[in-house]
Amino acid sequence: MFDKEKLDQMQNSRKNWEENTLGKALSKFPERQEEFQTGSGDEIQRLYSPEDIKDIDYNQDIGYPGQYPFTRGAQPTMYRGRLWTMRMYAGFATAEESNKRYKYLIEQGSKGLSVAFDLPTQIGYDSDHSLSAGEVGKVGVAIDSLADMEILFDGIPLDKVSTSMTINAPASVLLAMYIAVAEKQGVSSDKLRGTIQNDILKEYIARGTYIFPTEPSMRLITDIFEYCSKDVPLWNTISISGYHIREAGSTAAQEVGFTLADGIAYVEAAIKAGLDVDSFAPRLSFFFNAHNDLLEEVSKYRAARRLWAKIMKERFGAKKEASMRLKFHTQTGGSTLTAQQPDNNIVRVAIQTLAAVLGGTQSLHTNSKDEALALPTEDSVRIALRTQQIVAYESGVTNTVDPLAGSYYIEAKTKQIEEEAMKYIEKIDEVGGAPRAIDVGYIQQEIMDAAYNYQREVESNQRIVVGMNKFKTEEEPPADLLKVDPAVEELQKNKLIELRAKRDNEAVSQKLEALRKACEGDENVMPYILDAVRAYGTLGEICGVMREVFGEYQQSVRI
Amino acid sequence: MDRPIRVLVAKPGLDGHDRGAKVIARALRDAGMEVIYTGLRQTPEQIVSAAIQEDVDVVAMSILSGAHNHLFPKVVELMKEEGADDVLIIGGGVIPDDDIPGLKEAGVAELFTPGTPTTDVIDFIKTNLKR
Amino acid sequence: MKLAERLLDGDRRACARLISMVENNDKEAIEIIKELYKHTGNAHVIGITGPPGGGKSTLTDKLAKALRKENKKVGIIAVDPTSPFTGGSILGDRVRMSDLALDSGVFIRSMGTRGHLGGLSKATQGAVKVLDIFGCDYIFIETVGVGQSEVDIVKTADTVVLIMVPGLGDDIQAIKAGTMEIGDIFAVNKSDLFGAPKTATEIKMMLDMNPNMERKPPVLQVIATKNEGMDNLVDEIKKHMSYMQEANKLQKRRESNAKTEIIKLAEEEIISLILRKNETMGLLDDIAKGVAMREIDPYSARDKILDSIKDITI
Repeated sequence: MFDKEKLDQMQNSRKNWEENTLGKALSKFPERQEEFQTGSGDEIQRLYSPEDIKDIDYNQDIGYPGQYPFTRGAQPTMYRGRLWTMRMYAGFATAEESNKRYKYLIEQGSKGLSVAFDLPTQIGYDSDHSLSAGEVGKVGVAIDSLADMEILFDGIPLDKVSTSMTINAPASVLLAMYIAVAEKQGVSSDKLRGTIQNDILKEYIARGTYIFPTEPSMRLITDIFEYCSKDVPLWNTISISGYHIREAGSTAAQEVGFTLADGIAYVEAAIKAGLDVDSFAPRLSFFFNAHNDLLEEVSKYRAARRLWAKIMKERFGAKKEASMRLKFHTQTGGSTLTAQQPDNNIVRVAIQTLAAVLGGTQSLHTNSKDEALALPTEDSVRIALRTQQIVAYESGVTNTVDPLAGSYYIEAKTKQIEEEAMKYIEKIDEVGGAPRAIDVGYIQQEIMDAAYNYQREVESNQRIVVGMNKFKTEEEPPADLLKVDPAVEELQKNKLIELRAKRDNEAVSQKLEALRKACEGDENVMPYILDAVRAYGTLGEICGVMREVFGEYQQSVRI
Repeated sequence: MDRPIRVLVAKPGLDGHDRGAKVIARALRDAGMEVIYTGLRQTPEQIVSAAIQEDVDVVAMSILSGAHNHLFPKVVELMKEEGADDVLIIGGGVIPDDDIPGLKEAGVAELFTPGTPTTDVIDFIKTNLKR
Repeated sequence: MKLAERLLDGDRRACARLISMVENNDKEAIEIIKELYKHTGNAHVIGITGPPGGGKSTLTDKLAKALRKENKKVGIIAVDPTSPFTGGSILGDRVRMSDLALDSGVFIRSMGTRGHLGGLSKATQGAVKVLDIFGCDYIFIETVGVGQSEVDIVKTADTVVLIMVPGLGDDIQAIKAGTMEIGDIFAVNKSDLFGAPKTATEIKMMLDMNPNMERKPPVLQVIATKNEGMDNLVDEIKKHMSYMQEANKLQKRRESNAKTEIIKLAEEEIISLILRKNETMGLLDDIAKGVAMREIDPYSARDKILDSIKDITI
């Protein structure tokens, strides 16, 4: 980035500074620690200077926002054009209650909905399944059939909102339900905007709500890609997620490396299924975490954008710029919140919000202060949303694009994370791709090593977590936590009994049989799922048929 | 004691967040214990059956989904039915303070909430073993 | 009821407790096994061995399920390494066998090696006896699977299934390391992966090179996760047993295994006698000092030590 003469001069003046100014200071005031580390445990230097970025070529490596390699942002004007979508993940208990919460959030200025489903829904069980006992409506809303979905979006015009659904293994079924609700509202599927998470690989790695084995799961995903490219063209068909990988304890570079490796696997699967890369790649989106180390996180997002652009262009020969542009949603880091002195979490979330915004996120969910204790209350959700609004309207960081670019540290760190992530991708390629690397437990073990390391550092006070291992206070347990009414389970069960009595059961069986045949063959299963959904086949029935045909995934045991 | 303490580390219920369970498993191993890890989505029946076959001294469970009030007491109850009341049963995860007295009354010896050092769990096991 | 009777009665807790006692070298357990030894010998003991990542647990899970369809009682012993530094271990093989946990016709036990080398734990053979008395028709032993020196299993099992997987890159090395002789049946698992037929062919070629083989071990291609080829594998396991019985090999193999076991037990006992004697008399410490100071040679020292324990009754 600099000519030789300038560099020599800089080196000389640095030597001079080290010998005179720095040396003197250190002999009088030694530094607090021998070594300093980033949040991910990478060593960090005292000072970064032009020398650290001398190998970076501005035009090639950094460039301009909205242009390859997208280091500085996905769009040319970023937040000067439009602020990120403030998207609060919410959903609990019944469809009725969640519907109320969505309407409240829209009133409060939320621009997009983000649906959280309960665990039975995420794993394809109806509320009356024996494994659902105790879980119904707990971590999200319980959806058993189209009837619940109709209530969930009652009074919310689906052509006016964009909806993100955190659903993976049964993503095809929930998407079909969404399309069917829209039909009833008179909204055609080409107007629907939103995202399904649909990222099964990270479920195997970190989040654990898988159903089917890898092969049929990848097929379901490519079926969705194909179906949406024709019928739901504005829909983001996958949100390739590093979020949970980070929550499971990975480092920032692992978050990028493993997530992009998953992305590569999806692209390869779709290409293998006969799709043209530019037909589906623009609808791929990503989902990252925001931890507390502000500068490391900003560098992480920039590195991910640059690396993905290069992969799409060089590895997959994508032609459209949109195929190379990495867009991402961010959620602040749940695992960084403490159960101790929960008010402090507001501050953590504010720092993480800044990281996501300075890193150029397209949408953001901010966690609430009480989430290490229970599901958030309405009050704490409002504070979390206000945090985003303060950053958006008061902090000033939105007024210029990628304001941290050119910082010696940020650029050096961006490059370092990119290189480290690339090493993980190469290693995974060597093993035979992400699915295989997951199967043999390589990725999980790398993450666990990092997680265990972190835990030991916290326990030995090498790493300080305010309120938890330092600056502790005696405190009363917080009083106003959200409780899910256990009656929800009974309510859902009764709704199912009613539904089964009311619907045309003959038609349901026929549609399920047709779906079974489609699963056994190699047709796209989406139209068959949609048919079964329209006939009010339940989620458990539909996933049950697929379970019978596809079997179930067995997790890897490497700890 | 010259034999290693045997601990079953289990994830009851449907939630897939096993970072805590795995960190605990490693910490107990490093404290010289034999840890039998059962993996995700274990029903109370599966957990109890494994605990019996493995003849463990401790059953340690982790739940983050909020289903603890249903699942923890169920495991205690089934262990009693099997006559295995000499096994120490402990739980961890996102468990509101309000729920802790009820769970203890149901027979869960101790509950460990987020931020608990693994050394606390190890110490608790060592001082409260029932056999 | 006494532990012995409860075990004979098929009581699961008694079985579990006895295995623990065997692991902890409990005298009472040994007395019980002595008393009930006449009830052993009915189980077909099958070793499952092979490199890490080969899918041993999944394969064992599927084999057990296949045999359960015939209403056979199945015991599974899964051995994992114990950390030499802390003495602790993580035994994770049950993860792959989750739905067997609820089957009352299956008993699964995880064991740490507790310092023992050779792919099994010291107490594995004792645990096999307990499961045999417990009434298991088939007992599977899943070895540690570090990919080398898994030699114990041959001395413990009636049939050894050696699992290989394509593309791990170490198949050839495993063959070189001399593990080929231990396999009675070869199963190339994950046969949907690229290179499976090649791995199978390589194994067959290796086997062809051994002219002294009375029985050529079958080489099967299976996919345990998809339950493909499992019935074949069960058939081959049974066929191996029939072959052994018909050719009078079973008796010979069990005799030879018994010999190894007796020697090992005797060895352990002698060592423990020496150590116990040393605890009270300090004889070993004294003689060792003498050897180090060149006052006595190690051979004479050995004689002296053996002499010191010869009158002790066990």
